[in-house]
Amino acid sequence: MCLAVPGKVISIEENKNDTPKMAKVDFAGVTKLVCIDWLPDVQIGDYVIVHVGFALNKLEKEEAEETLKLLREMGDIS
Amino acid sequence: MKFIDEYRDAKLVKLFSDKIREIITQSWVIMEVCGGQTHTILKYGLEQLLPDDLTVVHGPGCPVCVTPLEMIDKAITIARRPDVILTSFGDMMRVPGSEFDLLSVKAMGGDVRMVYSPLDALQIAERHPQKKVVFFAIGFETTAPANAMVVKEAWKKGIHNFSIVCAQVLVPPAIEAILSSGNSRVQGFLAAGHVCTVMGYEEYIPIANKYKVPIVVTGFEPVDLLEGIYMAVKQLEGNRYDVENQYKRVVKREGNVAAQTIMREVFTPVDRNWRGIGLIPMSGLKLSEQFSKFDAEIIFEVEKLSVSESDECIAGEVLQGLKKPHQCQLFGKKCRPEHPVGAPMVSSEGACAAYFRYNR
Repeated sequence: MCLAVPGKVISIEENKNDTPKMAKVDFAGVTKLVCIDWLPDVQIGDYVIVHVGFALNKLEKEEAEETLKLLREMGDIS
Repeated sequence: MKFIDEYRDAKLVKLFSDKIREIITQSWVIMEVCGGQTHTILKYGLEQLLPDDLTVVHGPGCPVCVTPLEMIDKAITIARRPDVILTSFGDMMRVPGSEFDLLSVKAMGGDVRMVYSPLDALQIAERHPQKKVVFFAIGFETTAPANAMVVKEAWKKGIHNFSIVCAQVLVPPAIEAILSSGNSRVQGFLAAGHVCTVMGYEEYIPIANKYKVPIVVTGFEPVDLLEGIYMAVKQLEGNRYDVENQYKRVVKREGNVAAQTIMREVFTPVDRNWRGIGLIPMSGLKLSEQFSKFDAEIIFEVEKLSVSESDECIAGEVLQGLKKPHQCQLFGKKCRPEHPVGAPMVSSEGACAAYFRYNR
């Protein structure tokens, strides 16, 4: 139920009279319109974690890649 | 998919499996709270990669499983009305009420519709002004802001034919209920990563200190879970009980403040019954005074409806980590995914359904 999936923001919709801010998000080829109202500084190219049509937070790309690199080094995994 | 496949890397899974074996010196019991995490553990057979000394028990973090019977009966009563379109997440459709489920109401001619997002339910209300559109709002803190947002939108736009049956629940009171029950064997917790994405994890610090249990905020992929378990075992072996964050790529200490703000504006905490567990103080959410005109229980006068649970099903003990699904005499016999007796056999995230599906 608390399933949330990372997707990449590909465009941000123009905000029409006080409606929630929406963005088009790509999930490995499937695109969906997602509410980004709680992430005011989100930009095209960012990855966001999406749950029931709402972006809950940005995914920290650099943090994720750095941690994976460290783990692979630790385990001597190429 | 990017940022998912990397965390299913068998070599990284093996790395953490080995690291857990290196540091463990005695028996420990760890509970993963979230049903999504239960699903990953069973799907990937992660328990088989853990040392025998380590027991992983499955927690109450499946909202479909813990929504009380009376709440389902209320939704069913409302759904049977000819002037209503009842909308719900798909998971909720087959959960048995005391007589039947929402899908049966649909089969009997009721207008019951499955939605992906609460925004879809609001759109249906806008498209059908002659109907009363009700959304069955279940979920934990992950879902609460989304459900709050549509109520606020309905209020702003003056959509008066929209309302919700509010069955929202909260994680920290449930963890406290398990720890203070007197028969808990749980020594460490993996906190639900997406609940903490919204709420952050500061509210878990007093719980970790009071009950002296390590709590590790954990993600949902196999590498996340094994790293979370490793971090919890490391704390237990070192006699520490801190709140740590394994899911750093997504979870911030303070969570998403904007999402919390709308949730607190629209909802207010309330005592809530959990299916199979019982009443947990201040563990649910109801609409606040300002938004109470969107409360379907008031609109359709079903507030007082009450029913009692069957005592055959041991879902309550399963959800508190006291028993495993296959220890139930109904498991796989009278209770199967196509004919569920208890809610944990319905939702794909329910522990019983996961055990059945992956043949554990």
